[in-house]
Amino acid sequence: MKLPIYMDNHATTPLDPRVLDAMLPYLKDDFGNAASRNHVFGWKAEAGVEAARKHVAALIGADPKEIVFTSGATESDNLAIKGVIDFYRAKGDHIVTLKTEHKAVLDSCKRLERMRQERIDELKMLRLGELTGRDVTAEEVATLEIKHDLEKDEQLQRWISKVQTGARVTYLDVKKDGLVDLEQLKAAITDKTVLVSIMLANNEIGTVQPVAEIGAICRERGVLFHCDAVQGLGKVPFDVNAAKADLVSITAHKMYGPKGVGALYVRRKPRVRIAPIIDGGGHERGMRSGTLNVAAIVGFGKAAELARLEMADEAKRLEKLRTRLLNGLKSKLDMLVVNGSMETRLPGNLNVSFAYVEGEALMMAIKDVAVSSGSACTSASLEPSYVLRACGVDEDMAHSSIRFGLGRFNTEEEVDYVIDLMARSVGRLREMSPLYEMAKEGIDLKSIAWTAH
Amino acid sequence: MAYSEKVIEHYENPKNVGTLDKEDPNVGTGLVGAPACGDVMRLQLKISDEGVIQDAKFKTFGCGSAIASSSLVTEWVKGKTVDQAGTISNKEIAKELSLPPVKIHCSVLAEDAIKAAIEDFKKKKAARGR
Repeated sequence: MKLPIYMDNHATTPLDPRVLDAMLPYLKDDFGNAASRNHVFGWKAEAGVEAARKHVAALIGADPKEIVFTSGATESDNLAIKGVIDFYRAKGDHIVTLKTEHKAVLDSCKRLERMRQERIDELKMLRLGELTGRDVTAEEVATLEIKHDLEKDEQLQRWISKVQTGARVTYLDVKKDGLVDLEQLKAAITDKTVLVSIMLANNEIGTVQPVAEIGAICRERGVLFHCDAVQGLGKVPFDVNAAKADLVSITAHKMYGPKGVGALYVRRKPRVRIAPIIDGGGHERGMRSGTLNVAAIVGFGKAAELARLEMADEAKRLEKLRTRLLNGLKSKLDMLVVNGSMETRLPGNLNVSFAYVEGEALMMAIKDVAVSSGSACTSASLEPSYVLRACGVDEDMAHSSIRFGLGRFNTEEEVDYVIDLMARSVGRLREMSPLYEMAKEGIDLKSIAWTAH
Repeated sequence: MAYSEKVIEHYENPKNVGTLDKEDPNVGTGLVGAPACGDVMRLQLKISDEGVIQDAKFKTFGCGSAIASSSLVTEWVKGKTVDQAGTISNKEIAKELSLPPVKIHCSVLAEDAIKAAIEDFKKKKAARGR
C-alpha cells in the first residue's frame, strides 16, 4: 500500500490510465482544430469530438446533438441558469433552488438577484429625481426613499414590473437528511417561475435527490428543470428522460476524466433554448463559442464510456468499502454521528462528525490521508459548512465533520489503514479536548455560557 | 494551507496537556471560546501565594494552530509572575508561530485564556481573603 492515500474523490478523481491512453494521440499527432473543415487534421479532431459526444450522451440517455461541451460544470451551471433567464425573460424571471446546491449554482443565482436589485436601485434614483426635481445620487436613495414612501409609489412599482435584468430566486430549505421537500417545491413555483435547479447528488453529504419526482413536478407546471449532476453521474443511475431534465451539468474530472472539460445537456424535444454567455465563433450550435478542447473532450468521452459500463459493479464495490469504513470507525470510536441519510446516498460518500474533535486538527493528524472537512478552519470564511448547517447540524458538530470520498482506486487495505489511523487520531485529540472531558463528566455543554468570538 | 514548523511541532508534541484540580485555591482556570466557533481553550495555572506561576496545563478543542497556541503559552507562562504573564499579547504568540491572518484568532484566544485563568485565580484569592 502506498502513502499518501487519496480519499477525497468528491473534490476530484485521478485520471484513469485508460482515459489518458485515449487522450494522448490528440495531444501529439492529431492536434487539429475540430472546426477546421477543409483538411484531415480538422476531420480527425472532429471525429474524436463526435465519438466522445456519443459516449457522454449515452451515459445520460441523451441524443448526442443535445450535448454542449464546456470548460467544466461551473461553466455549465452558469450557462444553464443565466442562459435560461436571459432567453425566457418574457415568460418570467423566477428561479427555485436549494440552499445546499453547489456554489456555482448559488452564486449564479445571487448574481442575477444582484443585477435585478441594481436595476431597481437605478430606477429609484430616477424616480426620486422626478419627485425632488433635482439630481439624486446613489448615496441619497436610502434616506430619500423612506421620505417619499417609494414602496407605495405607483409609478416606480410600474417601472419595476418592467425590469428586464436579473432574476428573483427562492432558496428552499432541505430536510434533515438533505432531501428536498417536494411539497415545498410545489408551493414555491409561481407563474413567474421559469427554472428549478436541483442537484442530482450533494457533494458534501452525498444525498441523492428524487430527480424523477422533481422533473415530473416541473414538467407538469411548465417549468424548466436544471440538474447539476456532477457528483452523481457514473455513481448512480441517471437518465434525462426518466428525470424529465431539461438541462444537465456534467464534468469529466469527477468521473476519472481530465480537468477543464464538462458539458451541458440541453433538451431538444421539447426544445429548450438558452442564450450563450460566451460570444465568438458560434461553436457548439452557438451555445458555447470557443475552440474545442479536443484531447480533454476525447478523455471525457472515454471516462463517460467507462463510467457507464462499470457503474453497476463499481457501485456495489464502493458501497461495501463504505460499510467497512463506517463499521470499522463505529467499532473503535464512540460519539460519532453520520451526517445525511444512509438510505439515499452516493455509494462512495461518508460524512461523519467526530464529536469534541475539530475537523482541521483531525486532518492534520491524518496527513497521509486526503479527506475534507466541513470545519470553518479549512476555509477562509470561518463559517462551517453551509450544507451541514442547512441540514440542521449544530455548528460544533459541523466543525467536527470529515468527508470521506471513496473512489475507483481505493482498496480494502486502504480503508483498514484509515480506520486505524482515525481511531488513534480521534482518541489522541479527544484526550486533548476540554469538551470531551466535560462531556465524560456529564456536563451539558449546551448549558454553558460560551463566549462567542 | 501550509503550517509553520513550530505549529506542527507543538501540534505533534504538545506541551503540558492535562488537567489541574480546579477546586485547588491556587489553581486558576480559564475557559474561553465556543464550540460553535470551532475552538475552545481551557488553560489552568497553578500559582503560588507569592504570585508566581508554578505549573500550567491546557486542553483545547480547535484546529492545529489553536492547539499550538495553547501549548506555547503553557511553556511561556511557567516561572513568570501573574503580572508578567498578563502582559503576553496575541501578537507575540502569532509571531512566534508564524500564524497566517486567518489563524490570528487562535492567538487572541490564547491571550484571553491566560487573562481568564489569572482572573479566576484572583477571584478565588479575594474570596479566601474575606
